[in-house]
Amino acid sequence: MPESDILVRAHGLTKRFGDFSAVKGIDFELRRGEAFGFLGPNGAGKSSTMRMLGCVSPPTSGELSIMGMDPRTQGSAIRARLGVVPQEDTLDLELTVRENLLIYGRYFGLPRQVIRERTARLLDFVQLADRTNDEVEPLSGGLKRRLTIARSLINEPEILLLDEPTTGLDPQARHVVWDRLFRLKQQGVTLILTTHYMDEAEQLCDRLVVMDHGRIAAEGSPRELITTYSTPEVLELRFDPSTHEQAAEKLTAVPAERMEVLADRILLYIPNGDAALTSANELGLDPVTSLVRRSTLEDVFLRLTGRRLDD
Amino acid sequence: MAVNGGALAVRQFRFWLTDYRRTWKGSIYSSLFNPLLYLGAMGLGLGSLVDRHGTGHIGGVSYLVFLAPGLLAAQAMQTAVFECTYPVFGSTKWSKTYYGAAASPLRPGDIFYGHQLFAALRLLMNCAMFLAVMAAFGAVRSPVAIAELPAAVLTGLAFAGPVEAWAITRTRDSSFNMIFRFVMIPLFLFSGTFFPVTQLPGWIQPVAYVTPLWHGVALCRGIALGTLTTGDIVLHVVYLTALAAAGLVVGRRTYRGRLNA
Repeated sequence: MPESDILVRAHGLTKRFGDFSAVKGIDFELRRGEAFGFLGPNGAGKSSTMRMLGCVSPPTSGELSIMGMDPRTQGSAIRARLGVVPQEDTLDLELTVRENLLIYGRYFGLPRQVIRERTARLLDFVQLADRTNDEVEPLSGGLKRRLTIARSLINEPEILLLDEPTTGLDPQARHVVWDRLFRLKQQGVTLILTTHYMDEAEQLCDRLVVMDHGRIAAEGSPRELITTYSTPEVLELRFDPSTHEQAAEKLTAVPAERMEVLADRILLYIPNGDAALTSANELGLDPVTSLVRRSTLEDVFLRLTGRRLDD
Repeated sequence: MAVNGGALAVRQFRFWLTDYRRTWKGSIYSSLFNPLLYLGAMGLGLGSLVDRHGTGHIGGVSYLVFLAPGLLAAQAMQTAVFECTYPVFGSTKWSKTYYGAAASPLRPGDIFYGHQLFAALRLLMNCAMFLAVMAAFGAVRSPVAIAELPAAVLTGLAFAGPVEAWAITRTRDSSFNMIFRFVMIPLFLFSGTFFPVTQLPGWIQPVAYVTPLWHGVALCRGIALGTLTTGDIVLHVVYLTALAAAGLVVGRRTYRGRLNA
């Protein structure tokens, strides 16, 4: 791979706040044009990593190079070429949609004429053109998020950082955001995002790392991770709470690669779910509900950390 | 792409200008209303009482003429303290727009200096309006009074820097009530705004002399009454400038601590 195609290189990257280590020496490389994700539960160190990448939080130790520059000394020049969609919107609620883009464009030193052209194009892109002169305050969460995305693109960034871009949005609004991010990816923008939604990671990420307790637990494409850390299929069984534990004991007789006994369900990791369900029935087990499904990143996460993503 | 810090601070200054376009009308009303109230009630009302008992203690001028420059300086303090508390706090806690700015090429210091520039503009506007109202009340004796304008702005800046350097570290807005109650109001009352500090008991006078507002009041009033020696001017200006500069130095650090943790 040519050196210029590596946009971000982190080695032993560490962030400590007093005695607390938020990020404990992680390594990763990011290539131009890819969509790269940090998947993990709250407190995994995703946001701290993102703040270091956004050059608003100096690393405590380790190496970090972004577009060949050092965030410790060249933060301003790096930020000039980044777009940031923070976890919480930082829009000026009392200004209009257009004014928010105007102010942000000025932060990047763009001439008024350029800001005007880009504003029209970006608001079209996020489907907010009809709200151009509206105040931001009354806009819905989904519209605000889209405005934040438009704002983050005002400087035509090479890398777009998105910290939990769809947390708190309803399913429909999430799909609109995903669709726009997918288009950006098609246009060649490098995306770095954090999420604790496995479907978001599967939809958007070419490659991702699973983070847990400030460390990287695994790295690969969604498909690779599933192939490496899970089975093709999963059988989910739900029993009456009174027979839940007994059922779990009996199920050890079913030849599965792995079994997870959760509070409300039992998961059997097997190549063939239907065959396992038949075996379970032959053991005299009578689940309240049963479901055979493909493995997902959620299963990978459970395998790697022993916990669920939304824990 | 190297951009000098001044240019970056101006970008943040322009943010505040855009922001101010929303509220400027209301702010102009209160900037005119305040001097009208104080000069009316204290200058004319209380003043007629004071003047009847002889004005030897206040330099032989009418109470209105004595009071007005003091109020001008006090008002500069008030403008600076308000401008550098809630808007700063809101930018990290309510709208969080400071975090948006910090994600751009602006550095925390640029964001700080951009707001200080805006505070200076607000001081200039408010003090100019105050002087205009003073003139309308007949409290201005000569064109030299125009020199009170930079003096009052400097007084405000001596508060703006230090107060903002502190305000950015606050995570609860209740802290600001402490400043209003235990700093601003005592200074307002005991720094020579309404009566010469020499009227206070001797033991407390030195306390008044080290407060920034006393220097601001003494400078503005001295200009108005023409009673300043060169030494006085140097003392007051150096003192107030040093405070403002200390605020600018410390604030750069506290802004970095808050926005680049």
